[in-house]
Amino acid sequence: MAADGSVAATALPPLEGGRASTLQRLARRRSTIAFLMTLPLIVVVVGLVAYPAAYGMYLSTLNRRMTAFIGFGNFEILFDSDTFWNVAWQSCFFAITAVLLKAGIGFWLAHMLHHIPTKGQRKWRGMLLVPWVIPPALSTLGWWWMFDPSYSSINWLLMVFAVPEVPWLGHPWWARISIIIVNVWYGAPFFMIMYLAALKSVPEQLYEAAAIDGATAWQRLRYVTLPMMANIISITVLFSLIVTFANYDIVRVLTNGGPRDLTHVFASYAFQVGILSGNIPRGAAVSLFMFPILAVCAFFVLRGVTRRNKEQM
Amino acid sequence: MSATTANRDLPGIYHKAGSLRSERRWALVTSYISLIVAAVIFLTPPIYMFLTSLKTSAEIADQQGNPWLVRNPTLENYAALLSDKLFMGFFFNSVVVTLAVVALTMAISILAAFALSRMRFWGSQVLATGVFLTYLVPDTLLFIPLYQIVGGLGLLNSIWGLILVYPTLTVPFCTWIMIGYFASIPKELDEAALIDGATWPQMLMKIFIPVALPGIIAATIFAFTVSWAAFVYPTAFITTPDQMPLTIGVVSQLVRGDTFAWGQIMAGALLAALPPVIVYAFLMDYYIAGLTAGATKG
Repeated sequence: MAADGSVAATALPPLEGGRASTLQRLARRRSTIAFLMTLPLIVVVVGLVAYPAAYGMYLSTLNRRMTAFIGFGNFEILFDSDTFWNVAWQSCFFAITAVLLKAGIGFWLAHMLHHIPTKGQRKWRGMLLVPWVIPPALSTLGWWWMFDPSYSSINWLLMVFAVPEVPWLGHPWWARISIIIVNVWYGAPFFMIMYLAALKSVPEQLYEAAAIDGATAWQRLRYVTLPMMANIISITVLFSLIVTFANYDIVRVLTNGGPRDLTHVFASYAFQVGILSGNIPRGAAVSLFMFPILAVCAFFVLRGVTRRNKEQM
Repeated sequence: MSATTANRDLPGIYHKAGSLRSERRWALVTSYISLIVAAVIFLTPPIYMFLTSLKTSAEIADQQGNPWLVRNPTLENYAALLSDKLFMGFFFNSVVVTLAVVALTMAISILAAFALSRMRFWGSQVLATGVFLTYLVPDTLLFIPLYQIVGGLGLLNSIWGLILVYPTLTVPFCTWIMIGYFASIPKELDEAALIDGATWPQMLMKIFIPVALPGIIAATIFAFTVSWAAFVYPTAFITTPDQMPLTIGVVSQLVRGDTFAWGQIMAGALLAALPPVIVYAFLMDYYIAGLTAGATKG
């Protein structure tokens, strides 16, 4: 070792020592720089998300005037009120129905868009994404006007086809359906775009192989397209479930919770209780009820995304 | 909706038809019918809003005849809004808030994404996951504690309060997709730069930002549309009309009293929706890239 490595031994130590210390210094400098660069992000995440989340939990244990600690008192009061159970039921019903419809329509339209010649796809895609581009609070105003009890233009169209008038926002069930219609109208284009991108990433060879094996259209869908898209479908559905479950704009503009508080979802009810009626702790408690279901969805979204990344690597 | 369910039966039909060519033709016809039905349903509300905005209040109040026709088109609703100090104030507030938030967001997320994608350091993986999780936190979950916090800082009823909290909506997603774009830049590029003696800031400015420009544009568009359309925070934090941005301004201030000026409301909503629509019309490819990047990159 010493005999044949003598030249290297004399040459290496200073070099190695020098490299180690510069490496160390570099690493130290690099991590310091990296920390400084991520500091604004950490401030936003900790100061505006993590801290408010903890503070919200603390708030929900206070009494109305925020002077005394009452433990789970707010939650107990909520559990005893019928309105709250209505809100919980309506939120789940709204989110699940709307997301299923959005995913179904988006899936269908993505396929239709994928089938037509590539030249025309851009134009159609551009047109069909318009509902997603308009801020929802504003497009809902347009829907509100179309649902207006005395001037409803939809009812006018129905009248042409001799269908009786629909009390869009006056009757609880129709109001629920109206909210779902508007949400589906707004959200389906997003699903369409996501699924179209996923469809385009399925290798053409798979379909060729399936065609050679004599697969029918249904079999191609069931055994090629769906497995290839499974991950993106679950990610978008769960993501949309989070956003739809926490929706506020559409309910606020369209019905504002009415008739008789029957169309409130968690977000609009929390707003009503916390900000408008001034019972901040109870409002915080209402919005915290969204947390468990959101956490479950978030867990699965995260798992889907990391799995997808591994597939791509 | 009814059309889509009816169309599901069609594969059965073209199987009986047999030949590949007629199968293709049927598939094409189904596609175009579905797309036309969808386009009509998707575009009807904005078109009806536009038709209403061209009517006078008298014409809207007249219940005789077809509401889908405009008999005496007029631009007076637009003229009234554009000369209305309050409405132009909303517009100004929206522009200030959006520009400030976009600038803040891009600065924060480009720096952080560069560090997270290239400099592995203690906790960087946890932080990247944390960023994605905060993106999944909806604004309606935290608006009440934030209301208290913003109130404690004395920023309720001020656009500065909005500039403070909007980054929670934009920064996580922008950082997340920028990490994806930066990670896709080949390592050889930064090695070459390091050999030439480039410093980290030089590497960011001269290599990463130019190469990842499409990603930066997509993230900027996202930040712009989100802060322009934000509704929950301004509704909760702002009650004085002169500090309102457009979304809540149009919804709360134009809709007042018992007699609705529907023409003006619709004109206001359309004017407020115009900036994101214009951005979308000119930068559609970047817009869509940003939209799909969340789940396919990163």
